[in-house]
Amino acid sequence: MGKKLKKNRPRFLTLWQIKLPVMGVVSILHRISGLFVFLVMPLLLYLLELSLRSPAGYQQVTALMTSWPFRVGGWLLLALFAHHLFAGIRVLLIDMEWGSALASARRSAWLVMVAVVVVLVAGTLL
Amino acid sequence: MSSHHLSGLTAWLVQRLSAVYMALFVVAMTAVVVSHPGYDYASWRALFAQPLVAVTTSIFFISLLLHIWVGIRDIILDYVGGSPSMRLLLLSLLGVWLIAMGIWIVRIMLRVMLI
Repeated sequence: MGKKLKKNRPRFLTLWQIKLPVMGVVSILHRISGLFVFLVMPLLLYLLELSLRSPAGYQQVTALMTSWPFRVGGWLLLALFAHHLFAGIRVLLIDMEWGSALASARRSAWLVMVAVVVVLVAGTLL
Repeated sequence: MSSHHLSGLTAWLVQRLSAVYMALFVVAMTAVVVSHPGYDYASWRALFAQPLVAVTTSIFFISLLLHIWVGIRDIILDYVGGSPSMRLLLLSLLGVWLIAMGIWIVRIMLRVMLI
């Protein structure tokens, strides 16, 4: 019985035809950004270790961080991290039933997107 | 299923508590670093050697590993639906990976604190 039910479940995975509402976009980006931060964690740990190991290592890390590839990568990482943080705060607020109604959930999803852009602009200026 | 995997309500709670701690830590740490421009090796290292920073940073990393376990576990369980053995393999790999990360972090933190 259970197996039959599973088989008959409809599947529609034509990704370019699926129109996600903004809450859905924030939700899937939350997942993707989390996965990405997980994947770059060894690199970040390595940089932390190197920067703490010796003055030469510290120099190396600061030189790397001001190089162009790392600046672009760091900017992207900042965007993903900021998104994960803000989308997470939104989830916590919704858990507390604060803003779980449709209209406010949509508004807060947009707010997450705007906040990420604000962080990115601030990050460029710093 | 054995009962004491990090799952269900416990996982849900761990995910949220670790998130709150990490958010506060990141904001505080960013404020400390930004408000003190002109770091060099000695002051950077001295920062992490302070007991308060060493302890809060260690708690941050513990939170991070737990948070990753729950988050990536959710992704694996959501997308690797068909094959229980594949799920088990991926979850085991994730566990081994996170333990390795943990050992690495302990090494970094111990070196800062002791040497």
